[in-house]
Amino acid sequence: MIELTAQTIPFYILAVIAVISALAVVSLKNLVHSVLFLALFFFCMAGFYILLKAEFLAAVQIFVYVGGITVLFLFLIMLTFKVADKRLRQTNEQWLIAFVMVILFGWLLVTGLSETNWEIAEWSGPEKTIPVIGKLLLTTYIFPFEVVSVVLLAALIGAIVIARK
Amino acid sequence: MSYLYQTDELMKLIYETLAGFCEQYAIPLLYLDLAIMLVAVGIIAGFVSVSVMFMVWLERKVSAHMQDRLGPMRVGPHGALQTIADAIKLLFKERITPQKADKWVYTLAPVVIFASAMAAYVVIPWSPGMIIADLNIGLLYLLAIGSVAVIGLLMAGWGSNNKYSLLSAFRCGAQIISYEVAATLSCLGVIMLTGSLSMVDIVNAQKDMGWPFIVVQPIGFLIYLIAGTAEVNRAPFDLAEAESELIAGFHTEYSAMGFSMFFLAEYANMFIVSAIAATLFLGGWAGPVLPPVVWFLLKTFGLVFVFMWFRWTFPRIRVDQLMVFGWKFLIPLAFVNLLVTGIVMLL
Amino acid sequence: MDLSHYLTLSAIIFSIGLYGVLTRRNALAILLSIELMLNSVNINLVAFSHFVTPALLTGQIFVIFTITIAAAEAAVGLAIINSIYRSAKTVNCDEINLMKG
Repeated sequence: MIELTAQTIPFYILAVIAVISALAVVSLKNLVHSVLFLALFFFCMAGFYILLKAEFLAAVQIFVYVGGITVLFLFLIMLTFKVADKRLRQTNEQWLIAFVMVILFGWLLVTGLSETNWEIAEWSGPEKTIPVIGKLLLTTYIFPFEVVSVVLLAALIGAIVIARK
Repeated sequence: MSYLYQTDELMKLIYETLAGFCEQYAIPLLYLDLAIMLVAVGIIAGFVSVSVMFMVWLERKVSAHMQDRLGPMRVGPHGALQTIADAIKLLFKERITPQKADKWVYTLAPVVIFASAMAAYVVIPWSPGMIIADLNIGLLYLLAIGSVAVIGLLMAGWGSNNKYSLLSAFRCGAQIISYEVAATLSCLGVIMLTGSLSMVDIVNAQKDMGWPFIVVQPIGFLIYLIAGTAEVNRAPFDLAEAESELIAGFHTEYSAMGFSMFFLAEYANMFIVSAIAATLFLGGWAGPVLPPVVWFLLKTFGLVFVFMWFRWTFPRIRVDQLMVFGWKFLIPLAFVNLLVTGIVMLL
Repeated sequence: MDLSHYLTLSAIIFSIGLYGVLTRRNALAILLSIELMLNSVNINLVAFSHFVTPALLTGQIFVIFTITIAAAEAAVGLAIINSIYRSAKTVNCDEINLMKG
């Protein structure tokens, strides 16, 4: 059964908020509201990262997702979305099939995941993760790190080229 | 008297006394920690309101004296109580919501901005041991929380359903995002020198070195100061709320409580930016003779004064000038500064 | 708190995101749903990193890469939608059918 401790209570609160805001993101008619719920969802994700002792990722999550991506979305939605669009249909004809398929897919995932036996290890991570992550990024993962930098640069230039004119 | 200087020992003493009480009456320590958190939040809220009132009064006085006027003189000695009178007047005003406004977004916007300003106070190091939470991601947390305010601005601009507000919110968002890059890059120099993101470690590193980081990172300090001015939307970068073109900008439609929250957040943010600059570049609480808290507040309010000085010295710049300056000058300069810092550290 | 809770949560959020991608008409809303799915994968990676290989931090490093790619994806995707909006005056996917004969 569900046991309530200092670890589980924050998890359940965050999980409920995350699922509700995710549902709001996909179902609300006003897209501005959708994006604001997405920001709330990103905050919940940062909360989970803190529960999983990944503080650095939590800060990066808020910095990049809430401060960057959400703001980009808000900008574009406020530029393209007309309030009158709220009255239009926001879903296409296949919503019923999609709903059934997604329920089946989710059920498959959850049963598959819960019946697998994972090798749980005792938590033994480093106390301060940032120096370790920094070292790993510049030694073991130096190649993906450089590739990702090039991808970012390409995306930056690409976005500018596509969006101007 | 010595407790004024060794605040970390004072804090430890207070905590141990309270923990002793808890043990005596068999109260779990978790409750004590929660109670301490609540008290800390209360103290911060009190400090924010008092310091904002002081800063508003200071702003009016500084601007008046720079223009050879006297400024507020009627309420209290040298008008010291003027802001309290203004605040009371503001709170008793009617709360207005425009009919076509998006009610939820409109109501929540000032809350988001105010909350993001308040949350930053968690990692400000006032004095040894006097910090609500010495996170080991301290500086990153500050920068991340600061970026949340943009969402509040856009919410206010959109929720008001007013084209001037929306335009202002767009300008403001673009400006904050652009200058955030420069501010973050200028902080990176300090992080490289310290090897830690914790605010306490940064102060201690400067204490060990013997002089503040402004000596080795003068360009970083200048970039942070400029970017900080832009991030708190103060003159010469105040085009988001340019009174003469945008009728005050994103908070045009707000009155009473909503308006006062924007106002509080604006000055609280100015304090935060000054406090970060004081901690990163001026040595934070470190200093001779005077108690650490006094040093910290002196440095921070000194920088607040510099921001006010800027406001009455420089004319407002245009949007295109703002963007060109940020992207084509400030950010490349920050990169060069970072590169030079790295090369010097390697040698 | 164990791994299965996080995995279940992530599966639920992934499904919600998938539903959004399949059913929304607005291209921006589809991008929002994709962000949901990416985040659910991130929470998975961090949970595995925390519970299965805590000392290696591999999951956290991969999340850093995912976040970077997500940022690039959002920037390019929004630029494309912006230019589509300029030529087609709509961002609804089922109305953008210039290639249809």
